Amino acid sequence: MKTFEELFEILKNKFNEEEDISTHKEGNEDVILIAAPKINLVATFLKNEPELNFDSLILLTGVDDENGEKTTNEDGSFDLSGGTLSVYYHLESTSLKHKLILKTSVPRENPVCPSVALVWRGSDWHEREAYDLIGIIFDGHPNLSRILMPYDWEFGHPLRKDYKNPEFYNGMKVPY
Amino acid sequence: MGVLDKEFLQENFVVSNLDAVLKWARVASVWQTTFGLACCAIEMMATSASHYDFDRFGLIPRPSPRQSDLLIISGTVTLKMASRIKRIYEQMPDPKYVISMGSCSNCGGPYWEHGYHVLKGVDRVIPVDVYVPGCPPRPEALLEGLLKLKEKIANESLIKSA
Repeated sequence: MKTFEELFEILKNKFNEEEDISTHKEGNEDVILIAAPKINLVATFLKNEPELNFDSLILLTGVDDENGEKTTNEDGSFDLSGGTLSVYYHLESTSLKHKLILKTSVPRENPVCPSVALVWRGSDWHEREAYDLIGIIFDGHPNLSRILMPYDWEFGHPLRKDYKNPEFYNGMKVPY
Repeated sequence: MGVLDKEFLQENFVVSNLDAVLKWARVASVWQTTFGLACCAIEMMATSASHYDFDRFGLIPRPSPRQSDLLIISGTVTLKMASRIKRIYEQMPDPKYVISMGSCSNCGGPYWEHGYHVLKGVDRVIPVDVYVPGCPPRPEALLEGLLKLKEKIANESLIKSA
């Protein structure tokens, strides 16, 4: 079992470019920030390194950080431009009993993040959900299609902060 | 009808009018499609289980919409499900009835404002005969809804009036 500081030290020594890996605190949790292009390398390393052995992805979450430039429309809704979307990875080693939270941020205008679906097979549906609801595109995912919303949904990703619900879907009125 | 509880000692005739016999048969055998959507479906299952026993009112779950008279919409109708529900309804033979069970299928329920994925009332895609309020309704409420539906069926006639 390793502490967060030890895990961070190992990762920093392995991927030693400073700007690619950093740490910060969110609430009570320590999070390791990783540059999006590196996420696949880090994931593979975390899983396969015997002293780390992160064999389980507990969950993968997509978040709209809502940190872009906000322009309010006449009807009270708003649009966001710039800023980031984030992906959180909660990892656990079931044999060594340590846990780790990774975070990576991708730009809102081009939200492409490498997929870890082939590292942890359990992340397949998690990534489809993050794609469906937030709109993060997981590069290298074996089947990146919508999982919850209808397959022919063409009104965007509902959990984006600037999402606007359509008036009609397939002839059915959507608002109350 | 008041004669069926009498004991018949030999082969016999019962004289009635056709309309009354048809009504009696239709009211006493409302077969429902086996179909559940969300937490309301759990209450619906409880209603058909031994404690509340839907079957004593002639309600038998049928495995196919083509063999059933009643569709109970028991739960949240998502936009994705709505077109499927419509198809199930269209597969049922006439005369057919729909009970909308619970707030979600009545009007969207707790999803009425921010439910981007929820149809705000199943009556936007198929006609509804009885609305049962509740979140979810207790089995007694669903039974009450069923009895209301039986009243409705009993007031209909399949015979053309001359």
